Amino acid sequence: MTTIDYLWLIPFVPLLGALLLIVAGRSMSRATVAWIGAGSVGLSALFVMGIGVDFLANPGVYEVSLWRWFAVGGLSPSIELRLDALSLIFIFVITFVGFLIHLYSVEFMREDSGYARFFACLNLFVCSMLLLVLAGNLVLLYLGWEGVGLCSYLLIGFWYEEPKNGFAARKAFIITRVGDTAMLIGLFVLFASFNTLDIDAILSNAPSAWEQGSGIATAAALLLLGGAVGKSAQLPLQNWLPDAMAGPTPVSALIHAATMVTAGVYLVARMHVLFELAPIAQTAVGVVGAVTLLMAGFSALTQSDLKRVLAYSTISQIGYMFLALGVGAWSAAIFHFFTHAFFKALLFLGAGVIIEALHHEHNIFRMGGLKNQLPVVFITFLAGAASLAALPLVTSGFYSKDMILWYAWAGEKGSGLLYAAGLLGALVTALYSARLVILTFFGPAKTAVSKLPGWRMTLPLGVLAILSILTGFLEVPHNFWHSQMISGFLSDVLPASIVRPGSEAYEWAIQLLAAVVTLGGLYLGYLAYLARPALHERVREKVAPLHQLMVTGWGFDVLYDVLFVRPVTWLAYVNRADIIDGIYSGIAQLAMAANRALASTQNGVMRWYVFGIVVGAVLIITLGIFV
Amino acid sequence: MSAIPIEYGLILAGILFMLGMVSVLIRRNIIFMLISVEIMLNAAGLAFIVAGSKWTQADGQIMFIFILTMAAAEVSVGLALILQIYHQLKTLDTDAANRMKG
Repeated sequence: MTTIDYLWLIPFVPLLGALLLIVAGRSMSRATVAWIGAGSVGLSALFVMGIGVDFLANPGVYEVSLWRWFAVGGLSPSIELRLDALSLIFIFVITFVGFLIHLYSVEFMREDSGYARFFACLNLFVCSMLLLVLAGNLVLLYLGWEGVGLCSYLLIGFWYEEPKNGFAARKAFIITRVGDTAMLIGLFVLFASFNTLDIDAILSNAPSAWEQGSGIATAAALLLLGGAVGKSAQLPLQNWLPDAMAGPTPVSALIHAATMVTAGVYLVARMHVLFELAPIAQTAVGVVGAVTLLMAGFSALTQSDLKRVLAYSTISQIGYMFLALGVGAWSAAIFHFFTHAFFKALLFLGAGVIIEALHHEHNIFRMGGLKNQLPVVFITFLAGAASLAALPLVTSGFYSKDMILWYAWAGEKGSGLLYAAGLLGALVTALYSARLVILTFFGPAKTAVSKLPGWRMTLPLGVLAILSILTGFLEVPHNFWHSQMISGFLSDVLPASIVRPGSEAYEWAIQLLAAVVTLGGLYLGYLAYLARPALHERVREKVAPLHQLMVTGWGFDVLYDVLFVRPVTWLAYVNRADIIDGIYSGIAQLAMAANRALASTQNGVMRWYVFGIVVGAVLIITLGIFV
Repeated sequence: MSAIPIEYGLILAGILFMLGMVSVLIRRNIIFMLISVEIMLNAAGLAFIVAGSKWTQADGQIMFIFILTMAAAEVSVGLALILQIYHQLKTLDTDAANRMKG
């Protein structure tokens, strides 16, 4: 009997918190709400620690089956939780970062009238996300998958009095729903082939049932990729994430940076066997990642809203994870998820403090000079931004991104083109990180600071800043040191990444190149935004149309508006009388006419009724005798 | 004494039944309608008696006793209703009792 038998407590406690807050949240005091909201996730995080200790003593794959969920036509999924190295990393991040963000929210949301509603949604989100990554079968995974989508919708539209927030929430929900539908069809394909949706069964049967590169494997993998792309805001379903910043900042940090948007990465990593059977699909993953990371990176470079810069940078960083998945560097993708969760949550929380301190000012061009006014935020934000920019040697982002770039070049499925995209992306990342920090914290102060954060807001910042720096040392490149904790830890679950023979000799060169590119990007940022501020204005004027395109996220909103939204609204306008409804109202009118005809026989003359009875009796007797 | 052939009895019952039925249909006075229903009941009773004597079974006579009892019950309820109708409408014409038509 180990603590792993109590695995179900991890998602259960946040669920209990959410239920309590939904039912009785209105009548509770703010302190009670905060204790329940943050406490349930904190308790969950403690359970994860306990289970993690047991797991590290005996690594393996643990399955905890609770009860059979339902049984319909050969499909009988159970509520079963599955703990292995991959899900342990995810639940650790979800509960730990989740707890810090809950703690931060206790202070951040203190004056909001929807305090209990906020924590109820946030707890429900944590529960769904934990179910998603702990699910032992794809049906339960899909439950979590839709659960996080619902909570994301509820929280993006949290301040629903503003119509634009409701619009952003619906946009996020509908666009991810496109991907979810693809994923659901993918699940049907898997069920039709294997007659089960148990993850273990599928992964172990797939290699024998499906040939390498067969059509059905490719179809299934591509459909799952569709779901992953929608949830993780990758091309071509990426344009909901920048608008999702309409939600409160802790929501952006938890859902739209650290956890939910990486569900796609988890799905692809979890179903890696399918992608290895379908090289086309796996290449598609890599290409999607590479293109997304570049496009989002350039967009991040041009945004003026602090949170939108971070949103685009999240899309771009998840692009890196997809790139890693695409070249078969499974553990590199998970490692980057791990470091990214810390530094991006940190950046969002820092951004929340800044925005609140400056009277809800989002525009980075109206910030500046915060270095001295918000020193704690400055130092922690700097740590996060350095990690995002992958500052060599001292930050976690460097180690995780270097690992991805290395496998993009040297991996068995890597290619020069993917590597070049990653490298260019690294340059852009460094540039926009420098731009972000410089415009926000350096230069003259443009808006006065109105309030300073309390300990509940600064503590998470501090913890996350330390983690953003330190987690990188869990996995150090081979040629530095033999400390591959993440990939060693994941070796039971995910296959090792294979390097083309003969490329090891170039590892130093690749690392040096990555470091030079990063430093170059940072210097460029310093030059254009601090040393000679006129420079970036001049560049912007030179490429004004391109700049405009990047600001609008490469025009995807307009494109989708023309392609999908307008035809549908046009169709709705044309069909406003509702043709289909005519059939049903026709049936109704027929029934009404029959009713009127029958009602006229009820004329109140009793002899008519007697006559009716007689005729009926004669008819029945005649039928009885002669038929 | 030779037995009366069953056809005669049944034809008489049929004629009585048809008479009763037609007068239920054409009469307006509700008392006459009640009397016509009695005639129909008795026609049915006659058919039972005839059939009972044909097969020399007591069942036919038992059924007739039943019908008599039922007719007595029916008449008591029917007369009570007729009294009520007369009180309400001051007439025995059934066509006047159409106030509930929908």
